[in-house]
Formats: sequence, C-alpha cells, structure tokens
Amino acid sequence: MLDMFSYAFMQRAFIVAIVIAFIAPCIGVSIVLKRLSAIGDATSHSALAGIALGLVIGINPILGGLLFSILAVLSIEFFRKAFSKFSEIAAVIVMSTGIGLTAIISGFITSGSSNLNGFLFGSIVAISNFEMCLTIVLGAIVVIVFTLLRHELFFVTFDEEAARLAGVKTKLVNTTLMILTAITVSVASRVVGALMISSLMVIPVACAMMIGKSYRLTVIWSIIFAQAFSIFGLIISYLADLRPGGTIVLLGVVTLIILMAFNRDR
Amino acid sequence: MDEILKVENVSFDYSDAQVLKNVSFTLHKGDFLGIIGANGAGKSTLIKLILKILPLDKGRITLFGTDIQKFRDNHKIGYVSQKASSFNSQFPATVSEVVMANLYSKRRYPFLGYTHSDYEKLERVLETVGMLEFKDKLIGNLSGGQQQRVFIARALISEPELLLMDEPTVGVDAMQYAQIMDIISKLNDEGMTIVMTNHDTPELIRVSSKLLIFCSHGNGEFLNRADLTVDEVNAIYAGKRGHHHA
Ligand SMILES: Nc1ncnc2c1ncn2[C@@H]1O[C@H](COP(=O)(O)OP(=O)(O)OP(=O)(O)O)[C@@H](O)[C@H]1O
Ligand SMILES: [Mg+2]
Repeated sequence: MLDMFSYAFMQRAFIVAIVIAFIAPCIGVSIVLKRLSAIGDATSHSALAGIALGLVIGINPILGGLLFSILAVLSIEFFRKAFSKFSEIAAVIVMSTGIGLTAIISGFITSGSSNLNGFLFGSIVAISNFEMCLTIVLGAIVVIVFTLLRHELFFVTFDEEAARLAGVKTKLVNTTLMILTAITVSVASRVVGALMISSLMVIPVACAMMIGKSYRLTVIWSIIFAQAFSIFGLIISYLADLRPGGTIVLLGVVTLIILMAFNRDR
Repeated sequence: MDEILKVENVSFDYSDAQVLKNVSFTLHKGDFLGIIGANGAGKSTLIKLILKILPLDKGRITLFGTDIQKFRDNHKIGYVSQKASSFNSQFPATVSEVVMANLYSKRRYPFLGYTHSDYEKLERVLETVGMLEFKDKLIGNLSGGQQQRVFIARALISEPELLLMDEPTVGVDAMQYAQIMDIISKLNDEGMTIVMTNHDTPELIRVSSKLLIFCSHGNGEFLNRADLTVDEVNAIYAGKRGHHHA
C-alpha cells in the first residue's frame, strides 16, 4: 500500500488534497451557516466554463476557472441585490449561465472530451507541478485571510446587523468571503472535480454540526472530517481504482449518515 | 451637561405610509427615555433610524455631538433589538461566543485572540443577567427568555454609554424581568443613558426620567416625566389619538 507514495503524481495528489481539505471546510462553515450553500454549486459550474475556455484557448484551466469563479461570485452579489431575501435565485441564475457557457465552450475543445471530464469528476494523475504550486499558494492565502478574519466572519455569519453596528465592515467581509470561495472552488476542481466541490464544502460542516459544541469546535471538526475524507478517499480510490472525487464525497456522505444515526440514538 | 443624543425634526415614511412626523428631543448623560406607543406606532423605526439601520432622509440625528452620518464610535452604543433572538436556532454557537463577538468594537487588533480581561468582562455581564452557568451552552438550546438575556449581556459587554433597547424583555419571566429592570435602572444610576421601549407602561413610567409618547400616527410628544401617572399618560395618549382622528 505504501508504494503509492513512491509515485510523484500520488505525492502531488496528496499534497493538493490536503490543502483543499483545509480550505474547503473553512469556507464551507461560513457558507453553510449563512445558508448560501447554493453558491458553491453556482460558482463551480461557472468555474467549469472557465476551465473549458482554458482548454480551448490554451491557458492553464485552473487559472481560467479562477477567473470565471470570481466573475461568478461578483455576479451573484449583483443579482442578490435585486432579490435580497431570496439569494437562491441569484445562485441559480449564475449556475445556469455557467452550465450554458460550459456546454457551448466545450464544443470547441479539440483534444476530445477526456480533458474536461477530468475536471468534472476530478483526477489525480493529471496534476502538474505548476498546478500543485498554484494550489499551495492560493490555499495559503485562503487560510491566512480566514484566520485573520475569523472573528468578523463569525459575527457576520451569526448576526450581520449586530456586526455592522459593532463596526465590522460587513460588505467587505462578505465580498472577501465570496472571493475566497471562488479561489477554493477553482483549485479544488482538479482533484475533487467541479461537480463535487460544493459537497466537500458542505458535508464536513454538516458532520461537524452533528458533534460540535461551539462554533470554534465546529470549524475544527469540519477540518478534521475534510482531511479524513480526502486522505482516506484518495487511498481507497488508489487501491480500488475508483475516481478520487466521487470516493471522497461518498465517504463523507456515509460518515454523515452514520453520525446522524448515532446522534438519534443518544 | 453632556449631550448624548439629539433628534431634530425627524420624519420617516416607508414607501406606503408615514410613520414618524417631526420627532424632536434631546437626551443628556444619565437620562432614561421610555418610548410609549401602540403596535405599529413607530418606536422600532425611530431606534433603527438612530442606529442607521434605516436611512434618515428628513431631519437630523446627532450622537455625542457628531452627526450620525459621521459617527464612528460604535463601542459607545449598545443595542438590543426587538427580534434579537430570530437567529437560526441550529447555529452552533455558545453563549460565550455570541456575547464576546460584540467586544469587536473595543478591540484594536481584532485578529488577535481574546485577552484575560475580555474573559473577565464576559463573566461579569453574564453574571449581571443571571446567565453565567449557561456560558458554554449552545444558544439555540436556550429558552426564548434566556436568549433575550444573553442578547442584553451582549449589548452590555462593550460597556456602552448609550443603550438602546427595543422591548428587551420579551419572553422573560416575571422574576427575571424584575431583576433585569433593576439592573438597567442601576446602570442608569451609574450614568448610562438609556432608551427603552416596553409595553409595560407603568413600569416604564416608573424607571424613566423622560417619556416619548407616540400616537398611532407617530408624531411623538416628548415629555419630561414630571411625575406622570399611568392614567395621565393614558389620557395624553388617548387625547392625541382623538385629536389626530378628528
Ligand atoms: N419594512 C417595512 N416596510 C413598510 N412598512 C413598515 C416596515 N416596517 C414597519 N413598517 C410600518 O411602520 C409602522 C411602524 O412600525 P414599527 O416597527 O416602528 O412599530 P413599533 O412601534 O415598533 O411597533 P411594535 O410595538 O409592534 O414593536 C407600522 O405601521 C408598520 O406597518
Ligand atoms: Mg417595535
């Protein structure tokens, strides 16, 4: 089993997976508790359009995905102003746009659809050194900003009005959170796959909420769960020759169901 | 005397209805303003205007001598909203986490952790509202009245000079209610300026030093409480209403 670590591609996959399993739950906690889970999906489907565009015009697909994710979160903010109490509407509009663009742009990918497939469902063999470095740098930015803004994020998530009255720059905090979401989505598309990133942001948090006895512990448990799902998911996918993204996400769902059953017994 | 809050000729209407008409009053340090009025009279609207939750377009409001548009000393103001406990009840946050968040306005480097003195303040305010033993409980698992007490503690932790409370004791039981009103009176005696709405008119008259009475169409009459009885307040209130409808 240990021989898997002797492959350079597996080492890269593990490093990237560990970074993603740090940032996805950090962002996920705020997204879930602000009831914006739909934004993860909207962003990842838009990222896919950017990834497809990258494949067509020959720039790195993750950079293309990053650009489109940021455009997506900014448009969500824009549409949210019109439907302030129904933010799902904004998410669905942006998601539909993302899927539409992906469908059209992917028609121009010449090298067959296998490339885009890797980004849909995740792929471990494909990670380049450049992509690994990009993931580490962007991941570090997300972790640092999340740590510096942890009090603001908690306050805004729990009670936005009170946060603003206490002097928190709530608009800035919200926009920052959206941009961090965009970064997380685009770097995670490689290993987990664009279709499953939002699950990696939501499921570990859902598991943590089953056992977390405070906000702080909920954040910590979310990270622990995400790490466990990613690492074991990768190992299982290697051993059983399964797709990594699907394995990671299903491992999370199974864990959640077990926790729910256990919680009910108590 | 220190001028804490000055409201001048404030009028406000929501798109379809005028709510406040030419409200004016001034509060000095140590004043206790009770706002009296029926449901829908405009009490919450006035408090929200003072806090810039609603945009002020007619009239002028000054806090500590500064126009509210330029006012930045957020820590000087505490607020307990009428809907404080309308958060998502499954939110995983403890009483301590909720209360301490409001130290934000006082912390110079918010990205640092909390200090020893922050934790002392936490214990003190929770003790004040009788919630110390619940400090590690999830807020969503408390009763409505207990949650309301936590939100009062949250407003107190930043040691505000002006405390605005919009029906802060909704759902609080009789014994706790009496205790909380005592605490608020005591804070007032120590110099805190207080604005409070409450549908318990006799109690509000007892604790207030000034009263603002709204008839149902919101042109508030500002009274210095010259030993008004409840009956007199009711008479004024009824009179205004009668006058307005005439
Ligand atoms: N968002 C809003 N849009 C339109 N009208 C509103 C809005 N909020 C309040 N109103 C109206 O403004 C009036 C004043 O409301 P406000 O909440 O200030 O009353 P209140 O005195 O606090 O009443 P209560 O005792 O029920 O708390 C009411 O008639 C209400 O219908
Ligand atoms: Mg009200």
